[in-house]
Amino acid sequence: MSQPLLQIEKVTKIYGGGFLKRGPVTVALQNLNLTIQQKPAEIITIAGESGSGKTTLANLVLGFITPTSGHIRYLGQDVAQMDKEELKKYRREVQAVFQDPYAVYNPFYRVKHVFDLAIKNFNLARNRQEARDQIEEALTVVGMRGEEVLEKYPHQLSGGQRQRIMIARAYLLKPRLIVADEPVSMVDASLRAMILDIMLRLRDEYGISFLYITHDLSTAYQIGDKIYLLYQGTVAERGDTVEVIDHPKHPYVQLLIDSIPVPDPTIRWGSRATTIDDEEMRVSVESGCRFYPRCDQRMDRCLESHPPLYQVGPGEHQAACFLYEDQPLAQVPEDNLAKERIPAAD
Amino acid sequence: MSVNFAHEIDERRPAGTDQVVLQVEGLKVYYATPTGDVRAVDDVTFQIREGEIVGLVGESGCGKTTTAMAILRLVQSPGRIVDGRILVDDVDIARLNERELRQIRWTKISLIPQGAMNSLNPVMRIKDQIGDAIETHEGRQPRQALKERILSLLSTVGLPSRVYKMYPHELSGGMKQRVCIAMAIALNPTLVIADEPTSALDVVVQRVVGETLLDVKNRLGVSMILIGHDMGLMAQLVDRIAVMYAGHLVELADVYSLFREPLHPYTQLLIDSIPSIKERKPLKLTEGITHDLRNPPPGCIFQLRCPHVTDKCRTVVPPLLEVAPSREVACHLYYDA
Amino acid sequence: MSVSTETVTAPAVRTAGLNRWDSPWLNTKFLVGLSMLLAVVLIGVVGPFFWDTTLARVASSPLNLPPAWVETDLPGIGKPTWEHPLGTESNGRDMLAVLIVGTPRSLRVGLIAAGVGMLVGVILGFSAGFMGGWVDNVIRTLSDSVITIPSLAVLIVISAYVRTVSVENMALLLAIFAWPGPTRLLRSQVLSMRERGYVQMARLSGASTFAIMFKEILPNLLPYLASSFTGNVSAAILAATGLEALGLGPTRIPTLGMTIFYALRAAAILRGMWWWWGFPIAALIIIFTSLFLITIGLDEIANPRLRGVKA
Repeated sequence: MSQPLLQIEKVTKIYGGGFLKRGPVTVALQNLNLTIQQKPAEIITIAGESGSGKTTLANLVLGFITPTSGHIRYLGQDVAQMDKEELKKYRREVQAVFQDPYAVYNPFYRVKHVFDLAIKNFNLARNRQEARDQIEEALTVVGMRGEEVLEKYPHQLSGGQRQRIMIARAYLLKPRLIVADEPVSMVDASLRAMILDIMLRLRDEYGISFLYITHDLSTAYQIGDKIYLLYQGTVAERGDTVEVIDHPKHPYVQLLIDSIPVPDPTIRWGSRATTIDDEEMRVSVESGCRFYPRCDQRMDRCLESHPPLYQVGPGEHQAACFLYEDQPLAQVPEDNLAKERIPAAD
Repeated sequence: MSVNFAHEIDERRPAGTDQVVLQVEGLKVYYATPTGDVRAVDDVTFQIREGEIVGLVGESGCGKTTTAMAILRLVQSPGRIVDGRILVDDVDIARLNERELRQIRWTKISLIPQGAMNSLNPVMRIKDQIGDAIETHEGRQPRQALKERILSLLSTVGLPSRVYKMYPHELSGGMKQRVCIAMAIALNPTLVIADEPTSALDVVVQRVVGETLLDVKNRLGVSMILIGHDMGLMAQLVDRIAVMYAGHLVELADVYSLFREPLHPYTQLLIDSIPSIKERKPLKLTEGITHDLRNPPPGCIFQLRCPHVTDKCRTVVPPLLEVAPSREVACHLYYDA
Repeated sequence: MSVSTETVTAPAVRTAGLNRWDSPWLNTKFLVGLSMLLAVVLIGVVGPFFWDTTLARVASSPLNLPPAWVETDLPGIGKPTWEHPLGTESNGRDMLAVLIVGTPRSLRVGLIAAGVGMLVGVILGFSAGFMGGWVDNVIRTLSDSVITIPSLAVLIVISAYVRTVSVENMALLLAIFAWPGPTRLLRSQVLSMRERGYVQMARLSGASTFAIMFKEILPNLLPYLASSFTGNVSAAILAATGLEALGLGPTRIPTLGMTIFYALRAAAILRGMWWWWGFPIAALIIIFTSLFLITIGLDEIANPRLRGVKA
């Protein structure tokens, strides 16, 4: 069996705390597991609200921060232990598109600066002409022409155009994985489809996988292959996107999907949503299900230990909730969250 | 098997009375640039009745925020109101001076601007910020009465009373936004304009804030203009929808009819491209506003993107006409000969 | 699928770079300050071609002449003449020559001191802000300590010991105390810019720390650096003039500050020879005002929010 492209293994990230510091401790991610295979190229959605840890996950995968515990392996190799050469390769093969199409451009330079930087640092071209050709090719993939945009300054282009250029830049490096952190949330609604379409084409025609991070389940539903729903740093539910969104099992996910406003005035939001006004910050790595305070189906069991992932549907549809204790534990060994293994019922 | 929360099929109560609280006629707001005037709002006419929520939708650049700013006379140079009347209680506020306007703002019409929750003063407690808003318009208030008033406002928007002496950074996004709603209704205005009130909020919090707005409307009978681009949210909250494109109002209808049967080709495009959570369909690609706002094409504003465009559309501007009860549309396709 | 981005009707208008904002460089304060400063510089540069600068030497001119247009009966004062339009002083120096020679000297002191200070500030401030960790701690501790040293007192002591001071040496002395300010300011600017989107993008593109500091962050700080620089020049000239007025400046060549010193020492005020200390002070006022205007003008250019609402 070939190596998975990216393997996030029991990764925990804790901010604050530690020797000498007395500030508040935040557990951004706890014992997270996620695997992306090399083939086929997939769009894996990481969905969650603010505080779910999805941005931390993006930063970890991109190498901007290191995990407190656990490993991130790229093609089998632990990223934290890569040497300079390997890191350079990793940098090239794992690229990103960020949320804010305004902030990612240096206002001092013209738009082509973003391409020049990449080409220069990764030695992608031997001379100006080659570089120009590569840039043109990348821009064609996103439906633009060099002469229209390269000489402009960022403020002269629209948000949608800027974001597409960022995707072109990512493509230029011929990556295997693109981390897209809320790529369309700051783009006007009418231009979003175009960007999502580019992502689909990159997956289908060039075999590039995506880690699509978002809080908007409707776009995830349209383009995601698999989905991981995070709640306060842990996986609440995961599986095939259509399956999970059509048949949510975890109470949090059910609440989430129920709260999405349906564009049909005859179908209204259901009973009142519960929300805690004090965001009870995750204070420490304590046991118990994180959703307990807001869950309307909670049991005492839920306070004792954090529920592991149970198989709750076809494929890899799994949910971390004791409501499904009777179901078999998630099959794949590294996806098991519980510290102590709960023996399957006889 | 999915769990179904109770979805009620509910024909909304007809909004309030027929009393008109705001009448906008022929509003034109242009921005001067070195190369010509950008027509941000071009001849927009509509009315808001008592106790109704009207949604104002359109893509970025269509002029919805400018319209809201113009109603409150907050348009800054190089923009200016070129033409039109804005009638509140039969007074044309487009003609008032700054001093007179100060009596209208916040007491008759208030605003929850975009990103309001990030504009709360970080060094003032909530009670002082709301108190400030009240005292600026009504003069100094007796302490106890003011405190009770603020506490009652907080409870109207569903916030616990301990928020009274908290600082903004101690509150979550949804709570801050509800504080802004409380400030907007503090002086019992007849109309509240909310510009993208939920755009930066999570889905569940968005629902709470949305339901708060509905609650406020039902309890206080205040009218609202809700500006946004999330059609799903509009469907849940508003009574009527006004659709804008490139500075023009192209359709105005009650929300049920609009979603059931959108008339204007642009509205159809908008509704078609809403990403659905019920079924997977191929993405509908749209281009955004394609013409230069300084130089709009003669005739219908949408002609460059309309699949049903005719020669008449290219030369004659279609007026906004009522083609059925409570359905106005600006499109040649629907006028009888 | 290519989506056309051209405008359909009118020919596309090319808006170059800053046109959109009505060119911020046309800032009144900046331009007025700049012209004042240029006028001053011009006097120093062009002056020698029109006026004999040797008249700035001691005993080169008749003593104690008032400016040419002044009629006075003060005792010991000679008759005004147009050969010395701004008058002369007790050492036989012609005032106009003194101005022509001394003004550029004062400016030079400021430029060198501020220049060296800013250079050190850029290097240390950037390193501290960007690299963080122990580098930051060391640099910060150092600059904080130097800031607390009373610079004027130390400079007086040093100058009192070092007998002959040239303009350049004085400038370097001042630079010793000029670098902590820029260091701290730039450090905080870099800290806030470090998390910008385009910095992350540059990191993803494989840029080295150095390249990010100087090619991504520094260009965006140029207006800020410029206004900080002019502010520092102003402060340096003030410090230098202060030292000179106490008699601790260069003795052989006249500067504005030394001229004031001589004037005070020779009791020019009591003797009514206002032109001796008046013209240098006027020149200094013009220099400081122009630098001040340039500084706040640049501040407004760099930070659009300060520009205020125009009618």
